[in-house]
Amino acid sequence: MMFNRIALEKRSSDSKTMSYLSPVLAILLTLISGGLLFASLGQDPFHALHTFFVAPLSDLYGWTELGTKVAPLLLCAMGLTLCFRAKIWNIGAEGQFILGGLGGGYIALELLDVEGLWVLPCVLIFGALCGMFWAALAALLKTRFGANEILTTIMLNYIALNWLLYGVHGPLKDPEGFNFPESAMLSEFTTLPVIFDDYRLNISIYFALFAAAVIWALMSKTLIGFQISVMGEDKAAARFAGFKETRLTWFVLLTCGALAGLAGVSEVTGPVGQLTPYISSGYGYTAIIIVFLGRMHPVGIVLASMLLALTYMGGEMAQMDLSLPKSLTGLFQGMLLFYLLACDLLISYRIVRKPASKNHSQSATQNINAQA
Amino acid sequence: MIRLAEKRLSKKGSTLTKLLTAATLAVSCNVASAADPLKVGFVYVGPTGDAGWTYAHDEGRKYMVDQLGDQVETTFVESVAEGADSERVIRQMAAKGHDLIFTTSFGYMNPTLKVAKRFPKVKFEHATGYKRGKNTGTYFARAYQGRYLTGLIAGKMTESNVIGYVASFPIPEVIRGINAFTKGAQEVNPDVKVKVVWASTWYDPAKEREAAETLILQGADILTQHTDSAAVIQAAQSKGKFAIGYHSDMSPYGAKAHLTATIHNWGALYTQKAKSVLDGTWKSEDLWPGIAEGVTDLAPLNDAIPADVKALVMAKKQEIKEGKARVFDGPVLNQAGEEVVPAGQSMSDNDLKGFNWYVNGVEGQLPKS
Repeated sequence: MMFNRIALEKRSSDSKTMSYLSPVLAILLTLISGGLLFASLGQDPFHALHTFFVAPLSDLYGWTELGTKVAPLLLCAMGLTLCFRAKIWNIGAEGQFILGGLGGGYIALELLDVEGLWVLPCVLIFGALCGMFWAALAALLKTRFGANEILTTIMLNYIALNWLLYGVHGPLKDPEGFNFPESAMLSEFTTLPVIFDDYRLNISIYFALFAAAVIWALMSKTLIGFQISVMGEDKAAARFAGFKETRLTWFVLLTCGALAGLAGVSEVTGPVGQLTPYISSGYGYTAIIIVFLGRMHPVGIVLASMLLALTYMGGEMAQMDLSLPKSLTGLFQGMLLFYLLACDLLISYRIVRKPASKNHSQSATQNINAQA
Repeated sequence: MIRLAEKRLSKKGSTLTKLLTAATLAVSCNVASAADPLKVGFVYVGPTGDAGWTYAHDEGRKYMVDQLGDQVETTFVESVAEGADSERVIRQMAAKGHDLIFTTSFGYMNPTLKVAKRFPKVKFEHATGYKRGKNTGTYFARAYQGRYLTGLIAGKMTESNVIGYVASFPIPEVIRGINAFTKGAQEVNPDVKVKVVWASTWYDPAKEREAAETLILQGADILTQHTDSAAVIQAAQSKGKFAIGYHSDMSPYGAKAHLTATIHNWGALYTQKAKSVLDGTWKSEDLWPGIAEGVTDLAPLNDAIPADVKALVMAKKQEIKEGKARVFDGPVLNQAGEEVVPAGQSMSDNDLKGFNWYVNGVEGQLPKS
């Protein structure tokens, strides 16, 4: 008996165009599925999609809010890009973000009564240094002891979160705050200036865009960027060429730590304005998704972070205007990722039908059995 | 009349109606006349289906809609994170023409105040906080009174003398609940110990259940909780133990296990607040109603509770209602057994609002601050 087997076969080469088109395709598929979903909920799909993706950006306020959400995501994502290009799987942007926020917030609270323009830069630099320090722990464990950075960075995330909780439940809580786990509000001199008077978008968006530009230049124009790429593509080749793996590992992790730390301290001295247990909202984790969605390319990452930020804002709009449940936001993000992964898979592999098992070894290409 | 929140129920409506609805809404935002309904917004920290904290607030919202009918129109946004996101949601609500906005979690305190400054005509009510402004009031329920009554039941009914308490975060509100509960249990049974497990979450059924099972393994035969889901009740039900719910009547999740629950009836408070905005008498104030006002209450008592215990609870409840007794009347002892409040005195509201120590009978250390 012969059964037809559906199998995935690796394509001989990936299409470059398709790898850029696949996010677009994924977004289109998400929109179509989303429309069907809205229709099944009894909503007009066009009106609902409009509410979800267009209405949040219908005025300047919407754009400033998008920027407020994009800034920390972008800073984390740019740092992670550097790591991921080198195939250093740093999952620790969340912890580096939190430690940056905690460290910067601590200094800001110490300087609560100090006036002067030098205060804010001190706070920001210290926050970035704290993030860097947290990444340095992972770098040390990796380069010195060969510890897997995925595990160490995840664990460091939890440690950072618990330091933050210790801080706000303990020494850093507002002395006049009835023991609630929040610090005092930061002073004017330790708060990031806003760009428009009426809105809370602050100058951290400039930091983020600047970081995106610098990382782009670094990766495409400098020797160290080239070394990072080579190290990611082929470790042996990098070693053979005499690139110093340890130094590169330190470099990418420290840079990422500094950027994530800066994102953290900017959030604390920006929209949050104090230390609370919730300074992060998971930015460090969301940034991982953004990096892959944005194809590790600065422009793609800027767009991806805008898109993800928009899904949050759209979800809020949909709840307010259409009384749709919050779970829709998660559903949208999930669909987007699912379609992206599916599209990606089909760039590198094609689906083939094959006669049954006996010619297993016949093909030299790698087969992945999707279904027996 | 458009009732936004009710729309989810009417699944199939024509597209035209939907568009008209949207158009009407847009218009009503711009031209507010006296005949327009009062737009009331609610910001929730959890999902409305959590069976706990947010569920109780949403029941309150529905009660208000029932009471005031066409005079109000409500919107809610659920599962709003307490970080930077909450300010955007609150601001968006204010910008969309809501007249009264209830923000129902502590973490919304500063975001609420920041938005309130920019929208001086909108009234804000923040639950559980302590900062007020010209157009921002605060409210909370004296849930600890219910805790004390359920403590009496637990103290009387435990056989192992170990009671398990699944708690969220060591903030005064939660510590006050643990202390009130323990004080009640200790008054009727000085041998009782209350073990606390910190789940470090408000709403995470898996973690809450894990904490509950840990407590059962440590010998607890009655459980109670200061988290938002019904997972603790379910755990007790499946292990043949008793449990006391919180926020709402959780008996549907474990009828045998569920002895009773401390519940909040926010509806009356919400109705009163909406009315005061409607007739122009709203003012910024700190409301802390409890059993006397009916905002804090107990869910129906399980038949497994002996009649004499029921009678004791009802008598105590009456005393509290009439103001003859308070939960933290002295003597109040700390964990070391030292008298902190002597007999004849009682703790002030300010002391209660800043609780950061355990009373006698609670086991373990408060997470160190």
